[in-house]
Amino acid sequence: MNEFKLPVGEVIETGIDFLVEHLSFITKASAEVVETLLGAMESGLLLIPIPLFIVLVGACVWFLTKERKLTLGSALGLALIWNMGLWTATISTIALVLVATLCAIAIGVPLGICAAISKGTYKVVMPVLDVMQTMPAFVYLIPAIPFFGLGKTAAIFSTVIFSMPPAIRFTCLGIRQIPAELVECSTAFGATRMQRLYKLDLPLAAPTIMAGINQTVMLALSMVVIASMIGAKGLGGEVWKAIQRLQMGRGFEAGIAIVIVAMILDRVLQKLGTRKEN
Amino acid sequence: MAKIYVEGLYKIFGPNPKKALQMLSQGKSKDDIMASTRHGVGVNNANFEVHEGEIVVVMGLSGSGKSTLVRCLNRLITPTAGKILIDGRDVLTMGEDELRQLRQRKMGMVFQNFALFPHRTVLENAALGLEIQGMDREQRLKLADEALSLVGLDGWGASYPRQLSGGMQQRVGLARALALSPDILLMDEAFSALDPLIRRDMQDELISLQERMQKTIVFISHDLDEALKLGDRIILMKDGAIVQIGSPEEILTHPADEYVARFVEDVDITKVLTAESVMKHSEAVAYLRTDGPRAALRKMRKHNIAHLFVVDHTHRLVGIVSADAAAILAQRGEGSLTEAICTDIKTVYPDTAAHDLFSIMAELPYPLAVVDEANKFKGVIVRGTLVAALAERGGAV
Repeated sequence: MNEFKLPVGEVIETGIDFLVEHLSFITKASAEVVETLLGAMESGLLLIPIPLFIVLVGACVWFLTKERKLTLGSALGLALIWNMGLWTATISTIALVLVATLCAIAIGVPLGICAAISKGTYKVVMPVLDVMQTMPAFVYLIPAIPFFGLGKTAAIFSTVIFSMPPAIRFTCLGIRQIPAELVECSTAFGATRMQRLYKLDLPLAAPTIMAGINQTVMLALSMVVIASMIGAKGLGGEVWKAIQRLQMGRGFEAGIAIVIVAMILDRVLQKLGTRKEN
Repeated sequence: MAKIYVEGLYKIFGPNPKKALQMLSQGKSKDDIMASTRHGVGVNNANFEVHEGEIVVVMGLSGSGKSTLVRCLNRLITPTAGKILIDGRDVLTMGEDELRQLRQRKMGMVFQNFALFPHRTVLENAALGLEIQGMDREQRLKLADEALSLVGLDGWGASYPRQLSGGMQQRVGLARALALSPDILLMDEAFSALDPLIRRDMQDELISLQERMQKTIVFISHDLDEALKLGDRIILMKDGAIVQIGSPEEILTHPADEYVARFVEDVDITKVLTAESVMKHSEAVAYLRTDGPRAALRKMRKHNIAHLFVVDHTHRLVGIVSADAAAILAQRGEGSLTEAICTDIKTVYPDTAAHDLFSIMAELPYPLAVVDEANKFKGVIVRGTLVAALAERGGAV
């Protein structure tokens, strides 16, 4: 059997090699840009005095959710992170997640809309999503390196790929789930497809799309640990270091910091999603 | 010219409608075609017209193709073959833009389950059609507001649909269609989802709106009582084909075939109801002894009628007097009505079946009097109240 091994791996490798050879000058350049921007963002966030930052986050949470417990919890959680000496790593992770999620949303939501509107796009996109979601996340790391080099851009690239599927799926699902009678109604009143999209589809699908974005953020956060293997640093880097040195306590501290960030983001985003419905 | 003119309309559901169409023309039935080709026959050779200002009710059991037929009119469903002229323009040959124009301006549609946008306020819902037309915000909200007050929803504009009862939600649906001031209203089982009392209110409301607006209305219903009450004419459908077109009376009295007869019979209350149950207990009668021509005229004016029954002091029916005859006597200064009374009039007993009343009334230029065996005057039946009474009491029988 093995004598006639199909060259699956070889084909993929050759393909990627080809792309690297011809495209890497673009990707490497874009890596520079992203790295610089991300660095600027990080140092900008770090310029804010930590107590002020915590107060600002608390105010934001309060303004968006009007929930006392959540506001207090967020502030206390951030204070704990500060106390554990993980502030810089956390900021770095937040910046990375923020950029990755924004990219994932910017690509995912429009793609989801396209998939909902056109059957052809749907048929192409869905199997690709299946691959993206079931392929072990580590595998993305390998081609990311030749394209972007070790570092944060490679981490963002693989994070975007890993976290984008829910944004696409939920957007598509939300639009396809619009009740048929409402769709018929908009047609009967002579709406164009674009009018239907803006007046009916998107407003009605908004809670579902928000749920997808929430998932995207969560996936992005879970990817940062994995991405630290190719130089993402941040909280993931701390965990990675702890694994290599078998520092159980340090590992858990970084893990707790990730959980805190995840919970704040999740609760706030969920609130934003459901607020539309009430 | 007819407002809506439909000729040879077919709708076949399935990938290869040509074949099914051929089988239809060979006289195969809907079930045969389904069995041999897996194609559904939605509409089978429909021909009819709707005149301006008329309410036509398309009636049939579920699956009879009435919804499909009406959706062909604004091409929510594209017909397989045939011709639909609206104001002389063929809907089937229209391009995208012209079709959109037609839907945006000429035809308003009201849906069975209201189809209101849940994320919009009542006012914004009512303004939807105008918004799609591209009208600016201020103007469309103003027109939508007017439409809302037309259907009796003043002050509800800022609410959301889910805060309203079913009846009120459908009023919003109606306002949304009326806001366009369309020539044609398509109403798809518009009142079927409402409970019976509210439904009756909405029917009355539609009738009174129609008196003012004179729209051309195509109304789908599976309810004979509703059809009798609302329809100037009724189109009865079965298996996608039209079985009979006619006025409510024609459908009731001369059913075209057994299907219609059974349909009518199932819900038919005309055989159960009697003259007594549909008559008006009229207080407007002239008393032979006391009332002169002037008094009779005054009573007619007061009750807004052109004929008055005359009774004697024991309330026995003497005859009928018309406004014209009474006026002549009054001009001459006569003191008694006797000369103007027409005594040779048709009467029925209280237990006469309502079913028989249609034919009796058909020839009658004046209302029908109901008397008992002693010829005592009991009440009056007018054609309009007969049909309305039949329609209204249908649910209770």
